[in-house]
Amino acid sequence: MAEIILQSISHSYEVKRGAPDESARGRRAPSYALRDVELRWRDGGAYALLGPSGCGKTTLLGIISGLIHPTRGSVRYGDKDVTTLSSRERNIAQVFQFPVIYDTMTVRQNLAFPLRNRGLPAAEIERRVGHIAEILELTEVLPSRATRLSADQKQILALGRGLVRQDVAAILFDEPLTVIDPHRKWLLRRKLKEIHKQFHHTLIYVTHDQTEALTFADEVVVMQHGAVLQRGTPEELFRRPAHTYVGYFIGSPGMNVMPCEVERQAGGARARIGAYEVALSATGAADAPSGHLELGIRPEHIVVLGDAEAGGLPVSVTAVEDHGRFRIVTGKLGDHRIKIRLGQVATPGASAITVGATLRVRLPPEHICLYRDGRIVGSGVGRDGEESA
Amino acid sequence: MIEKTRSNKAWLLILPMTIVVAFSAIVPLMTVVNYSVQDILGPDTKVYVGFEWFRKVLRDPELHAAFLRQLLFSFAVLAFELPLGLGVSLLMPRRGWAVSAALVVLALPLLIPWNVVGTIWQIFGRTDIGMGGAALVKLGLHYNYTADRVDAWLTVLVMDVWHWTPLIALLCYSGLRAIPPAYYQAAAIDGASGWSIFRYIQLPKLKNVLVIAILLRFMDSFMIYTEPFVVTGGGPGNSTTFLSQFLTRLAVGQFDLGPAAAFSLIYFLFILVFCYVFYTVMNRVGQG
Repeated sequence: MAEIILQSISHSYEVKRGAPDESARGRRAPSYALRDVELRWRDGGAYALLGPSGCGKTTLLGIISGLIHPTRGSVRYGDKDVTTLSSRERNIAQVFQFPVIYDTMTVRQNLAFPLRNRGLPAAEIERRVGHIAEILELTEVLPSRATRLSADQKQILALGRGLVRQDVAAILFDEPLTVIDPHRKWLLRRKLKEIHKQFHHTLIYVTHDQTEALTFADEVVVMQHGAVLQRGTPEELFRRPAHTYVGYFIGSPGMNVMPCEVERQAGGARARIGAYEVALSATGAADAPSGHLELGIRPEHIVVLGDAEAGGLPVSVTAVEDHGRFRIVTGKLGDHRIKIRLGQVATPGASAITVGATLRVRLPPEHICLYRDGRIVGSGVGRDGEESA
Repeated sequence: MIEKTRSNKAWLLILPMTIVVAFSAIVPLMTVVNYSVQDILGPDTKVYVGFEWFRKVLRDPELHAAFLRQLLFSFAVLAFELPLGLGVSLLMPRRGWAVSAALVVLALPLLIPWNVVGTIWQIFGRTDIGMGGAALVKLGLHYNYTADRVDAWLTVLVMDVWHWTPLIALLCYSGLRAIPPAYYQAAAIDGASGWSIFRYIQLPKLKNVLVIAILLRFMDSFMIYTEPFVVTGGGPGNSTTFLSQFLTRLAVGQFDLGPAAAFSLIYFLFILVFCYVFYTVMNRVGQG
């Protein structure tokens, strides 16, 4: 086991590794699935790679496991450069989108297969297979044909083929819950967490489902268009998205993002959204930004004012969705659509929230993030001292 | 309570199909059944003979010989064409222009009319003007398919392998292409060797395709008629007289309609039973 380091990885399916630069090759520039990705995976961490379909996350996984050799850049496991090694030669395990099992083999033979291929003595194979089967609760089905298992058991078996090898540097998961029944998904996810606690393998989990990513991982890497937008704990991604896309992609519903202008005044900076003004926190917009500015705020953080309170921004309600435990109110602030997430209990002293009504809302400065050309500006969040980290 | 509407309209809907099947299969088959239990002496004179023809046909030593010859031929065909077709499909290119080229080359023998296939090999095997035959003779071999039984047999066998191996190769190729790449990737990660990949991934995934290939080739080769008829005419002697040709000789050559009909039914039933048993067994095996 070791740290996995990706250094300036770029990959195009149209350009072979080591081939001359695209400009020399032809008229059309090749499209890149990954662009200059720098990532470091701590030994024993549980990571999620999150992003929409086609963002390059599966490609990145393939590069780590050696199924794909990157056009440029290098992959290291600890001190060892493995960039050009095949999957066979790397110590890696991977669980695929749908369960890959060997149909003609029994569960026992399936588990033993990677060990047999590596020429381990029979007694050792027997011992490890028994041990792993016990942990994965497959002991009872060991003698039966692997095809007889249910989809989630098959996926566990596929995972088991990685776990029997003690030397794996990491276990990679490529959307492993796609074909699993919804009610079995959480069971399997819990099992993964248990296994992580027990074995301390590095786990890298690719998904486009934010719930899966946020519940599974200690750290989440959000990708879009072949580039890493942000990496951080689930809480960081929620509280302080580094990119408007992260804000939009994580959270349900996503972050409200509205174009704005920023003015610096004696009492602190203020953002202007159309005709309305919003106070920013003291440290907000410190380096007076130029370029395309946007203000972001989570639907959870918007406060609806009671009738007795003064001030606030007018939001005319266009839709109310009742989700049981909470409601999502869609409204308009000037020309901009805005979503507000509210508890079932109405704000005390506020009129009923119905379509057509006008609410007055406050955007708390400490929850406002400011973006320039999509990227977060210096310190949008007002909690002092955090930004230096 | 919901009142069920009773109506016999459904019968109208299956009527067209019933008529088509009646004229294409049931009526001809029943005619054969009718012939098989009568001795037809002339257009208006026929005698009911019961199972006489069946008894006669089943005891005919010539037919026994043809039947054994046929079985041997069909199994020989399968024994060569299956491994060869599978091997070819494994070697076929997976991407690029070479795929189309390989497909076209493979499809060519399948597109040639069967009697033309026979003619091609009839000429190809001739020792005076045929490329194959002449070459063999030049090499010093005593090859002559019109006189030597073994040569005739081998010629027909090689012709069938040439003609139908592409079908098996194409079937297997499509089966191989249908295996998701994740299986190969998982095998690479598990450290499987090339043989293991074939044995534990490709072969199991091709099982259904291979069952169909075997059924198709068995049925087809069991009914082979045109090609040997054109190449050898069933000779020399009876050495390449397979069941279809035997039947034709009986029905058209000698005009023994009764025995021919009885034999047709036995022939039909044999193929039916063989395929059914084979298919069932393979399905059972699949479920472990």
